[in-house]
Amino acid sequence: MTQIELATSNGTRMAETSDDAALAIRGMTVSYGQKPAVFSVDMTVPVGSMTAIIGPNGAGKSTLLKAALGVIKPLAGTATVFGQPVADARARIAYVPQRASVDWDFPTRVIDVVLMGLYRELGLLGRLRGAHKAKAMECLERVGMQDFATRQIGQLSGGQQQRVFLARALAQDADLYLLDEPFAGVDAATEKAIIDVLQSLRADGKTVVAVHHDLSTVPDYFDRVFLINTTRIAEGTVEDAFTPQTLQEAYGGRLATGQLGQTALGA
Amino acid sequence: MGEEFVAISLTPMLIGTLAAIACALPGNFLLLRRQALIGDAISHVVLPGIVVAFLITGVVAAVPMMLGAAGAAVVAVVMIEAIRRLGKIEPGAAMGVTFTAMFAGGVLLLEQSDTSTVHLDVEHALFGNLESLIWLDATGWASLLDLEALAYLPVELPRLFGVLLVVALFTWVFWRPLKLSTFDEGFAQSMGIRTGPLGFTLVIVAALAAVAAFDAVGSIIVIAMFICPPAAARLMTNALGAQVAWSVLFATLSAVLGYVFAGYGPLWFGADNAVSAAGMIATVSGLILCFAAVFGPHRARSGAPAEAL
Repeated sequence: MTQIELATSNGTRMAETSDDAALAIRGMTVSYGQKPAVFSVDMTVPVGSMTAIIGPNGAGKSTLLKAALGVIKPLAGTATVFGQPVADARARIAYVPQRASVDWDFPTRVIDVVLMGLYRELGLLGRLRGAHKAKAMECLERVGMQDFATRQIGQLSGGQQQRVFLARALAQDADLYLLDEPFAGVDAATEKAIIDVLQSLRADGKTVVAVHHDLSTVPDYFDRVFLINTTRIAEGTVEDAFTPQTLQEAYGGRLATGQLGQTALGA
Repeated sequence: MGEEFVAISLTPMLIGTLAAIACALPGNFLLLRRQALIGDAISHVVLPGIVVAFLITGVVAAVPMMLGAAGAAVVAVVMIEAIRRLGKIEPGAAMGVTFTAMFAGGVLLLEQSDTSTVHLDVEHALFGNLESLIWLDATGWASLLDLEALAYLPVELPRLFGVLLVVALFTWVFWRPLKLSTFDEGFAQSMGIRTGPLGFTLVIVAALAAVAAFDAVGSIIVIAMFICPPAAARLMTNALGAQVAWSVLFATLSAVLGYVFAGYGPLWFGADNAVSAAGMIATVSGLILCFAAVFGPHRARSGAPAEAL
């Protein structure tokens, strides 16, 4: 635990310069009012890694992700993706927003939501062809939702909605996948389906970053963690950065020490 | 019959229909964005702007009216922000106060100014002057091919046709970004779609439709057409494209049936005088919404989670 290794067992390098990082955030500061939600945060995500962003409620996890994507305008800070400014690298980024952030009563079908992932490719008036629909169906199959293609999205359960959002991100065919709470409020089968897809993405050399809230699954699902509580608390491999000390620092008194020990050591 | 119909009824009916469709198209997106009251807001706010434009220029012309309406919209936005912040009042209430206050101010301005020579008074602001938009040079259906007679079409007809063309073109070209940013703004932004300017453009297009329609048919139709046809259409289908198509159909039905009922309805019931076409068109659109709410196939909101997988 005290020895810091430079390479982990699966070969992801520890120290990366921001030039070859999949995602590099520097000095990110975001404020919604008087108090900053995210303050001067640096983050470096190595290519091919799978990172959990963790921290207590209101710690700025989602905000950091949105600011990096330009969905929220930060007060200060920059984000680069594969060495390029985010604005120039959008084709290489897939994003899964929080499921609760949209109106599921919107008049559209499951397949149409997945096709939204192809809008960059299609442009304003590009014709939707059979190949696009076939690709969307293939993405639905990867998340086990192919039988729901023509369903109205309001008829889906929470877990099914989350899978459709993941399928849309798959349709974006990106190199960096940013997910905001993909496991929030989903059933066990969906959680398994999602983690399988994410791990297959990593096996293909893609980079995955997810805002995550279930500490007990962190060591199983991810190889890196990023702890945040307005400022960066710790960043690194699970074994280096996911320790009782860093968790205590991030969560303060909100987590019983016993729970911390179990979570981090029981890995 | 044909002669009278073409001269007296055809143009008001067409103008009402064009105005209804021009408002209903952007209304679909405003409704789904929970901004449906923007149509209401615009039609109230533009009145003082139009009156001021008239007082300055002394004529009722399209360009000064548009500028006056735009100026009034800016004043409204500033006023809403000021009331919200200084008065610590929630945004909805600040908007309600601003719109009604500005409309009331417009009414006062109208009464004080000499607008008796032009079609600009409180009644016209509310109901428009649909019945007076007749085509006196028409002698029958053949006049539709007569260039000389066509030159004397009421100016509102080509103007609203042009506005509808702009609205339809905007909806068609920006269909995908509009759909995506209405459904999932964060995802749209992550793709690089500038949702802020797009949403602003949508409101501008809605305002263009509202001002053009306001001039011809009054604010009651504008308010009704932004909300009723799209809301009824939403209950008929679960696909956005179909919803927009239904809303166009409902807008057309409201305008045509409303005009016919206003002109002939009272006669059927033994009354002597016709009633306001604008009022009847808005009423028909409300009735269509009622029917859709009771009989529409997709009126059940299915937001509750279905069975877990």
